[in-house]
Amino acid sequence: MNNAINATHLTFLLTGAFWTLVLSLMAFVGGGVVGLVIALGRTSPVRFLRILSGGYVQIVQGTPLLVILFVVYFGLPTVGYSLSPMLAAGLSLTIYVSAYLGEIWRGCLEAVPKAQWEAAECLALSKTQRMVKVILPQAVRIATPPTVGFSVQIIKNTSLASVVGFVELARAGQLINNSIFQPFSIYMIVALLYFCMCFPISVFSRRLERTGASRLKAAETAVSA
Amino acid sequence: MARVLEMKLDFTAILARWQMLLDGMALTIQLAVITILTGFLIGTACAIARRSKFRLPATIAAVYVELIRNTPFLVQIFVVYFGLSSLGFKFTAVTVAIIALTINVGAYTAEIMRAGFDSIHRGQWEAAECLGLTRVQAYWHVALLPAMERIYPSLTSQFILLMLASSITSQISVEELTAAANFIQSETYRPLETYIVIAIIYLALSLALRLAFWLLGMLIFPRRRRLGTNL
Repeated sequence: MNNAINATHLTFLLTGAFWTLVLSLMAFVGGGVVGLVIALGRTSPVRFLRILSGGYVQIVQGTPLLVILFVVYFGLPTVGYSLSPMLAAGLSLTIYVSAYLGEIWRGCLEAVPKAQWEAAECLALSKTQRMVKVILPQAVRIATPPTVGFSVQIIKNTSLASVVGFVELARAGQLINNSIFQPFSIYMIVALLYFCMCFPISVFSRRLERTGASRLKAAETAVSA
Repeated sequence: MARVLEMKLDFTAILARWQMLLDGMALTIQLAVITILTGFLIGTACAIARRSKFRLPATIAAVYVELIRNTPFLVQIFVVYFGLSSLGFKFTAVTVAIIALTINVGAYTAEIMRAGFDSIHRGQWEAAECLGLTRVQAYWHVALLPAMERIYPSLTSQFILLMLASSITSQISVEELTAAANFIQSETYRPLETYIVIAIIYLALSLALRLAFWLLGMLIFPRRRRLGTNL
């Protein structure tokens, strides 16, 4: 048997990388939708909603993703809900991402100057109109750099799906290693592939942060001038 | 839904194995405490290296930080585990876990500490220079505490994430809390209950860690103690 890494292995790893991206996208969309609800709950005037969403964030952020994944994948079948590894990973990541994005976006909603809320109220906009037409568009702009930055965390954390047997990049590496046993070189290649996915996003997020900061500064000088 | 109602959660078998949970918890705490200290040292050293006017240490630190921050910890721990053994080192799984966690959290701490040092006003550095302090003395006597005070909340969150990430070391058979849970659930066939218990323990640990860091903050930042607030 040939023990060298060949083109078939690389194609297999690239397929794994593709599934990593699919899972990341699932987590981002799912976590984004739930996260928005959490962020709105955290800033809601209703006390009960604030406590509920706050408790959710505390619990999820205080538990390792691996344990959430085990509860979903191994725990739920015992009460009658069997999920495929992919769905289990997608659901766990959705829960995990929603708590973090919810918290990031809450900060962004609160970062919209108070005067904007008041001005919208003075213009007799309804609560929904105020949120959709005045606050959210401004919050989205503030939220973009940290959200892009967090998507790097999402991609990295999808690697945990390998533990329940979903064949994404890390699992693909493990499978190849089982057949040719060259762990060091394989995991270096896997790490390199992850780096190729994450590093551009990190750079992009930093650039967004910089332009955002300079735009803010320009706006401030324009106001004071 | 009917099955959910029929099914009763039964924690007795899990709680009967409290000794195992306790051992796992002890190892998780040990891993966290050791790597918080080592990671903080490495991170601070890298932050200083990255801000250095010499090209070489700055580049090395930057490459290290970017490589670690853009790859998953699971893959890092495998690389360290198999890398060390292919170099001929025979370490226990716990040692490998400590090395990998240190390398990982060091990179994140480096970025946080760098932001802290960057936030120190230029006048402070100039004043230190005028007093004839060397660069090292300026970092130690002038910049370190105020920088830490400013980024203390991020540092706390990062160390809590580190404690949670230590669960991943169960994948190289370190017998910490998550590994204990895996073992217990394979013995009791009660995965849901086991992992719920574990989740609660992790939650308690992260709250305890947060409290410990708050107390530590009160101890090392006199200004915070007097004002009772951040800055």
